[in-house]
Amino acid sequence: METFKTIDQFISFQSHLIKKLNPAHPTIIISAGTCGQASGANDLIRIVKRELLSKKWTDQIRLRITGCHGFCEMEPSVLIEPKRTFYPKVNVKDMVRIIKAVAEDKVIEELLYLNPSTGERIETQDEIPFFKNQIRTLLSLNEKIDPIRIDNYIEQGGYKAIVKVLSKREPRGVIEEIKASTLRGRGGAGFPTGLKWERFAEQPDGKGKFLICNGDEGDPGAYMDRSLLEGNPHSVIEGMLVGAYATGANEGILYVRNEYPLAIKHLVIALRQAYQMGLLGSNILGTGFSFNLQLVRGAGAFVCGEETALIKSIEGMMGEPVQRPPFPVRKGLYGKPTLINNVETWANVPIIINTGAQEFKKIGTERNSGTKIFSLVGKVKHTGLIEVPMGITLKEIVYGIGGGSSGKTEIKAIQTGGPSGGCIPATRFDLTIDYESLKAAQSMMGSGGMIVMDEHTCMVDVAKYFMNFLKEESCGKCFTCRKGIQRMYEILNDISSGKADRSTLDLLEELSTTVRDTTLCGLGQTAANPVLSTLHYFRQEYLEHIDHHHCPAGVCKPLITYTINEHCSGCQLCLRTCSVGAITGEKKKPHHIDQTKCIKCGACGDVCKFSAIEMRPIETSQRTKG
Amino acid sequence: MITLFVNGLEVSAEEGTTILELARSYGFPIPTLCHMDGLSPYGACRLCVVEIGEGSNAKLVSSCTYPVEEGLRVRTASSRVVRARRMILELLLASCPQSKTIQDLASAYDVHQQRFKQEYEDCILCGRCVRVCEEQMRAKAIGFRGRGERRSLGTPFDQKSEDCRLCGACMYVCPACQLRCTYTEPEKAICGGCANLSPPCLKKSSFDDLMCYMEPCVACEIKKD
Ligand SMILES: Cc1cc2nc3c(=O)[nH]c(=O)nc-3n(C[C@H](O)[C@H](O)[C@H](O)COP(=O)(O)O)c2cc1C
Ligand code: FES
Repeated sequence: METFKTIDQFISFQSHLIKKLNPAHPTIIISAGTCGQASGANDLIRIVKRELLSKKWTDQIRLRITGCHGFCEMEPSVLIEPKRTFYPKVNVKDMVRIIKAVAEDKVIEELLYLNPSTGERIETQDEIPFFKNQIRTLLSLNEKIDPIRIDNYIEQGGYKAIVKVLSKREPRGVIEEIKASTLRGRGGAGFPTGLKWERFAEQPDGKGKFLICNGDEGDPGAYMDRSLLEGNPHSVIEGMLVGAYATGANEGILYVRNEYPLAIKHLVIALRQAYQMGLLGSNILGTGFSFNLQLVRGAGAFVCGEETALIKSIEGMMGEPVQRPPFPVRKGLYGKPTLINNVETWANVPIIINTGAQEFKKIGTERNSGTKIFSLVGKVKHTGLIEVPMGITLKEIVYGIGGGSSGKTEIKAIQTGGPSGGCIPATRFDLTIDYESLKAAQSMMGSGGMIVMDEHTCMVDVAKYFMNFLKEESCGKCFTCRKGIQRMYEILNDISSGKADRSTLDLLEELSTTVRDTTLCGLGQTAANPVLSTLHYFRQEYLEHIDHHHCPAGVCKPLITYTINEHCSGCQLCLRTCSVGAITGEKKKPHHIDQTKCIKCGACGDVCKFSAIEMRPIETSQRTKG
Repeated sequence: MITLFVNGLEVSAEEGTTILELARSYGFPIPTLCHMDGLSPYGACRLCVVEIGEGSNAKLVSSCTYPVEEGLRVRTASSRVVRARRMILELLLASCPQSKTIQDLASAYDVHQQRFKQEYEDCILCGRCVRVCEEQMRAKAIGFRGRGERRSLGTPFDQKSEDCRLCGACMYVCPACQLRCTYTEPEKAICGGCANLSPPCLKKSSFDDLMCYMEPCVACEIKKD
């Protein structure tokens, strides 16, 4: 690999690569992020390599192995350039056929994506509703880049931003550009990035300043940052380079949780390549600017995503948040000024520098510019990673991109903002997605998790689920966070087992307010959100549990029983399925469930072909005993 | 020097002073549990919360860790603060009713109920012992382990520590296990209050910008109907 000693050397290398680029060349793109690999993308890669070699098609057809494209539900998926034909859930046999079809410039109709709403097959990726309604500024690059090949990134215009910045030699101008773009931190709180940079740049740099990329991403079910780190690691590195030049920092740290092995692998490779090319290290491209970037692996505690806890973790201490002020920008890692930004924030930086702040601002709203990646999961037809402009409504996401309810019942609510976000009811789906309106609706942007819920989701259970997560993931230092969350969980557990009365709700509310008010860091301050928002929007559901010992969604196990009705044909399927042997009965005669043994897992109901398994609220007599 | 306002009074302090130090030096009482003079501020018990800021930006912060800021408006005993402290004390009583320190605080704050499931945990993880061991005794024999509900205190791997000199400082500073409340009915959790000191104005309409330190307050007593 060549080492570039001047800016001009790099520019001529880049133009050489771009000239060689032939967008019309047939290319098989295999999405092989963690999601793709888990669904079998590695087998597909093997097949394609073998086929292309044995048929001597290597000149004719190219293979590109990339990170996640977003439609994770359809993995392993294959995209064919130049037509952008999309094949979902490809198996090994179909892969062979697809390769042949590519060689013959044909499309295999029956393997194309089937639109579940219309029953039509759709050929190109961009026509699929899931993709069509997105604006994929960041994620679209994942399709173009093999993350372990720096050349791929460079030929897509990579490192142009840092070259531009280094040529202009105006660090102050870079900060102004970021400020003008009104980019806000994607890590959750939405702090204006340019302002943070400005404050950081003002710090005296006598004894060193640090940049940190926060790739802890501990929210259950959220993986936006993972897809960027896996699929396009150089964009994050370039963003940090720009940030370092603008603010006068010379040391940087990429903090990535150890549970992301593929992201770490790709980052290690990317760092090595960038160092070899002279894009990192000392005297970058002969400009005298130096920046050293290293990788630190986190041990997977949710609270270590909080910036002060993250700093402690890098320093080798327990991941406990500390008092701000002083903010890390003044006193952070090893007591030095430290600038922390989220992965997605950093990845947006090169885009702003390349296109200009004014262009960037065209997407999104006045105070919330650009796009945001969300992980859309739950009871919608299409799930995966989506990138949408800020200011889009929840309705457009849930129905436009998500395709509406995947089950038989209506969508009831959406949970946004990760474990400490809130639930927003369907009646408020005209809400726009931005930091302010989500906060006003008692939820938050968080890092971008979105869980869609339908009538089969119990809101008490949802709140309980998140309290259970948080009571384990709180660092435990603040008494009110540690004990308060435990007590909230305890109360919710009582409600969901019919052991609470109305005064418990007051206590729950009082306690939630105290936890929110009196804790040190963002974890505790937002921990009550799931409780407060469900209490606000779904109080009736709570009251139903308390007054009538009834769980409307049929989720809270202590409040339901399973019985077998007269439709039972005696097929014995349920009897064989029951893992605890609670079902008895002879062949062709109605079966019976022993309530003392039944663990209410619902497996019998899932297998029964005769709708003979009934789920009912428990009888009042049983309840009072319990 | 930094100028700020505590309960409406203009005061000044050196940079780096905490709100707690400042308020105490001016005679505004703030209850504390994990704070101890001579040990580094820790901010674990949250009992020392005070309200800062105005309007919708008003928030509670732990005064033992929060440094003074120019122009800051601090309220050490606003209704929001007192409400929060009461709930904290209720939580403390629910976890550790046998501590006389906690019982006295609860009674001073007029906490007369405990609505959670009663536990007898002893340790409230205030970290005084860890800090006295490290900072004063220079032994570092004990520390915190785990996180969330599994957080606990002890020596590494629960083995007898060679660094421990059995000096007893950890026990001496403990607010939970040193001073035991010797009440007779543990299941009741609230001992009956041997130090019932609640300021009477707490029960009246709030004076968020004031701090009454008359005990008993003559004005309140006269106005009492
Ligand atoms: C409990 C908690 C968890 C957090 N987890 C993350 C995380 O996983 N990733 C992240 O980027 N920021 C996380 N944050 C936000 C960070 O503290 C910090 O605000 C952010 O990294 C700043 O970057 P930004 O300005 O680019 O958003 C978390 C905050 C809290 C309170
Ligand atoms: S005294 Fe301030 S938090 Fe304990």
